[in-house]
Amino acid sequence: MNIIYTDSLVIGGGLAGLRVAIAAKQRGYESIILSLMPAKRSHSAAAQGGMQASLGACIKGEGDDEDVHFADTVKGSDWGCDQDVARMFVNTAPKAIRQLSAWGVPWSRVRGGDREVVINGEKVTITEKHEAQGLITARDFGGTKKWRTCYTSDGTGHTMLYAMDNKAIQMDIPVHERKEAIALIHEDGVCHGAVVRDLITGELIAYIAKTTTIATGGYGRLYSVSTNAVISEGIGTAIALETGVATLGNMEAVQFHPTAIVPVGILTTEGCRGDGGLLLDKDGYRFMPDYEPDKKELASRDVVSRRMTEHMRKGKGVPSRYGDHLWLDITLLGRAHIEKNLREVKEICEYFLGIDPVKEYIPVRPTQHYSMGGVRTNATGESPTLKGLFSAGEAACWDMHGFNRLGGNSVAETVVAGMLVGEYVADYCAANSLNVSTSTIEHFMKKEEGKISDLLTREYGENPFQLKAEMQKIMMDKVGIFRNGEDLEQAVEELKLLNMRAKKIALRNRISSSNPELVEAIRVPKMIKLAQCVAYGAMLRTESRGAHAREDYPERNDRDWLKRTLTTWKDESADLPEVSYEDLDVMKMEMPPGSRGYGVDNTVHHPDTEKRVTEIEELKKANPTADRHEMQEILNPLDIPEKFKGRNERIGRGYK
Amino acid sequence: MSDEGRILRFQIFRYNPQKKSDKPRMVTYEVTEAPGMTIFIALNDIRENQDPSLQFDFICRAGICGSCGMVINGAPDLACRTLTSKFEDGEITLLPLPGFELIGDLSVNTGKFMRAMSERVKSWIHDLNADEVDYNKLEERMDPDVMDEVYELERCVECGCCISACATKRMRPDFLSAVGFMRLARFYIDPRDKRTDEEFYDIIGDDDGVFGCMTLLGCEDYCPKDLPHQTQIAFLRRKMALIK
Repeated sequence: MNIIYTDSLVIGGGLAGLRVAIAAKQRGYESIILSLMPAKRSHSAAAQGGMQASLGACIKGEGDDEDVHFADTVKGSDWGCDQDVARMFVNTAPKAIRQLSAWGVPWSRVRGGDREVVINGEKVTITEKHEAQGLITARDFGGTKKWRTCYTSDGTGHTMLYAMDNKAIQMDIPVHERKEAIALIHEDGVCHGAVVRDLITGELIAYIAKTTTIATGGYGRLYSVSTNAVISEGIGTAIALETGVATLGNMEAVQFHPTAIVPVGILTTEGCRGDGGLLLDKDGYRFMPDYEPDKKELASRDVVSRRMTEHMRKGKGVPSRYGDHLWLDITLLGRAHIEKNLREVKEICEYFLGIDPVKEYIPVRPTQHYSMGGVRTNATGESPTLKGLFSAGEAACWDMHGFNRLGGNSVAETVVAGMLVGEYVADYCAANSLNVSTSTIEHFMKKEEGKISDLLTREYGENPFQLKAEMQKIMMDKVGIFRNGEDLEQAVEELKLLNMRAKKIALRNRISSSNPELVEAIRVPKMIKLAQCVAYGAMLRTESRGAHAREDYPERNDRDWLKRTLTTWKDESADLPEVSYEDLDVMKMEMPPGSRGYGVDNTVHHPDTEKRVTEIEELKKANPTADRHEMQEILNPLDIPEKFKGRNERIGRGYK
Repeated sequence: MSDEGRILRFQIFRYNPQKKSDKPRMVTYEVTEAPGMTIFIALNDIRENQDPSLQFDFICRAGICGSCGMVINGAPDLACRTLTSKFEDGEITLLPLPGFELIGDLSVNTGKFMRAMSERVKSWIHDLNADEVDYNKLEERMDPDVMDEVYELERCVECGCCISACATKRMRPDFLSAVGFMRLARFYIDPRDKRTDEEFYDIIGDDDGVFGCMTLLGCEDYCPKDLPHQTQIAFLRRKMALIK
């Protein structure tokens, strides 16, 4: 039995995983990162538009701070997020971006003086402050009050990932490439590591560690068209589910990005609209102001995606052989801007569409983009039910996004969560010793060996590629942007059947080493289980919140549904997961539920909301001299490591 | 497009070093072309419907991650963004990138090579204070133009096409190659990296470094990201020649 020991095992080599490993190593704990591929190829690299951090250096970011970022994030989540976590996040984001600057990310910088920008379809001149020259600049993004999204052209994820992986190389952190964790090893509510398959030799290896961190990204590939990388299949999330002990949070919260190209679903960044791009219909008409007169194209992602879908349903879509789409017009931004700040978008248009976006409109349609749900953790990033299991980044439901994530908050989450959760991982390593019996390890290794051997010996059975395609189609057709009870019930029933069929997969290529069909056969049953969590959670949630939009329950219902969905799969032979809920406590909210300011406010309010609003008003009156930092301590006291407690400096404002 | 439905003929290199009895060979597969088909789509079609053992690597399938470098009709390129309609006769030959350890079929181990390259050029900001920076304070100011130049050189996706197109690399197994020069140039112009010219010279000032380049410039011709390899190699040579 091949066993590798370490202090901190990290599954996934994207931004979040790398940052957790770096944090643990900085505190003196050995870390090993497992990655399907070289770390620099992780899906983090595909983040284009930027990272939100309230630096407030550019003129349109003036007046920004943690509080404004917090309010945007909570509103964006449709009050579904954990406000303690959102607070930790917004207060730490400026530190994370400044650290990355020191580590080499070439953030685009403020140039003092006049510059021409496009706002609301018009060219206007804005004047950047000379005293801000050389500080990190920012662009506009959807659902934000200020220009807060810091960037390097439209290759932000790439530059962040390269700086982070370079840092890990500098620190001599090993990345074990082409390794896939296929099961977690756990006993009596404690996680001890993972059973890992070498994707080249097929060998199974037990990685044993004090802490195991799942940082494997989202589950976008449950859908047949997704902006996500092809490896974003949610396998890390699924192995947590398969423990029967760890819980998943808000799996039904799935985001659709407004502007992926048709038909292949490759993303064009929100920066296109942030920088002034418009959405047009088949008549060349700019329709968003009719629906959302205030934020127009820059409403929150879930809102824009729904408005686009509504508009196409009215027959205003552009017909094509791949179905209706709309146009993204960035021609008004001009060649110089596009070639400097939207160059990936330009390349994508040239290679995949054969068009020049400087002169032509881009065919776009809302497309699956982000998984708000994932491994449920508490604020420290640890599973509340399985000790020693941590999760960070898109894989986690740390829960700063609730039911809708703001653009620019995902790469920001990866590095901020990586910093914070990494500290708690190190704390756990300090406080606990490794205590696991080899017979436990053997038990889990044997179990996985048995499953693989069944797959390699079964004569007749199901084709894993076909099962996956059927699952993806169900998710596309029935668990999409707009949802309804009838479709969701059908999806749940159809996925149950797929789950049964997935127990009888047979292979055509029966070798245990490097074998893409075997990889698929191991993953597909896990993916189907995740799809069931999404569909079942969506069926049960009879309200609309953020990206979860029920046509049969259009109102946000705080009274009955201000709670987080928790999913477990306790009985391996069950054909459905078990769903329970945890309430969000209105009386502890720094920002009690209110209106997001889109469309008609038809919220069914929670009985505590008014009470909390009054309470906060009284607290404010009772503390008339408290500044915003002191007020936050009163309303939402933070428990974060000492090193992250400092106030953030801003140009022209100091530490206020 | 009028070529919808034509039959594409793929000649694909097949060899699985994990299988003792396996021998390298070319295998032909036919695929019905679909509108907008890329080699990514075609290879998945072959794997799902004809031969589930076919190995290849794709991650982002959008020309961003650099996983899918392969030799396409004689030229190294990113397979994910290569449209099949580009090939008029419908004949497409695919080979794994030379210069890297073969994993199987079209899959090569670029990761091992690139990590070693990063370790060799010490691909990180050298500044003793980088870890001590007070991140509560305003970040160090940077010239906006210099940051744009750094990004220009940092756009490399480590796909390995430059290595496969490099004749010097074929003759000198330890040749650092364009990807390494580009990385070094990126840090050379970054004011945050405090390394001296002499320190850079120690990394690339020999025949396995920038002086070994025969200037055939396959790197410049085949870089999928159109990075300025020619200019950077000339720049580094001039800088290094002035040092010792």
